[in-house]
Amino acid sequence: MIGFWVLSVFLIASAIWCVSAKKPVYSVVALLVNFAALAFTYVGLNAEFLAVMQIIVYSGAILVLFVFVIALLSSGVAPFSAGPNRLPKAIAPAIFIVLVAFGFLYYALKDSNVVAGAAKSASQLGPVGAPNVFGSVADFGKALFTVYLLPFEVTALILMVAVIGVVLLAGDQTPYVPTQKHAREVEREMREAILKGGER
Amino acid sequence: MTVPAVDYVALASVIFFIGVAGVLLRRNPLVMLMSIELMFNAANLLFLTFARAWVNNAGHIFAFLVITVAAAEAAIGLAIVVTVFRTEKNVDVDEVRSLRG
Repeated sequence: MIGFWVLSVFLIASAIWCVSAKKPVYSVVALLVNFAALAFTYVGLNAEFLAVMQIIVYSGAILVLFVFVIALLSSGVAPFSAGPNRLPKAIAPAIFIVLVAFGFLYYALKDSNVVAGAAKSASQLGPVGAPNVFGSVADFGKALFTVYLLPFEVTALILMVAVIGVVLLAGDQTPYVPTQKHAREVEREMREAILKGGER
Repeated sequence: MTVPAVDYVALASVIFFIGVAGVLLRRNPLVMLMSIELMFNAANLLFLTFARAWVNNAGHIFAFLVITVAAAEAAIGLAIVVTVFRTEKNVDVDEVRSLRG
């Protein structure tokens, strides 16, 4: 219980720091704190496999990607500008929207049994880290490769589409165009290189 | 002593709205992408909360899928940012208007 409150303080503080930091690198550091705290929260929710995935995928892969892009962009000409402060104009509608949304949330959860829940699955709730209880790696893997195999395969397709899209977008500035002219140029360059090599 | 699910719902909605505020208030595309990651994580927290409330690991599976989609989204978004920066020399999303009619 105490752990939850400590973690939620960390989560909210680092989220606010991430959004309000002047430099994107500070945002990345705040996001790292946020993801680490969230991984501990996942352990408290009996989701040990997803806690590890959170550390590996988010903190390990996605944040490193952000750091590389920030390093790549800020090594060029223009430094980042924080931009105009939009908070004074937006604060009144923002507070209104948030209060309305929390009102809807409270109304939806007030007397529904969604939150209370009931045990409906074969796996049993047990201590975190014990084998073959709800949320353990064996339980997760069994569900992923039997009942939810199709979503898992679709995930592979999504990742492949993302890889191809990234390579197309940012891979090469002058893509290879298979035209007759280009082929002739390549052939001439090769011939010249061979001739030069013969002279040496 | 377990934490009630309502507390997790409140925490996730607070993080989600901080992410919304980041997307709306900041004009740096990198910070906007990070705010979107915050919102993904709030959704994941809700998935896991209700998965434990119902002792049903469908929530775990779909949180896993959300992590995958977030990774793909970050990769493509950052590629777009790099491509725009190569031509515009600018990373303010209000200044990028070459697609405007």
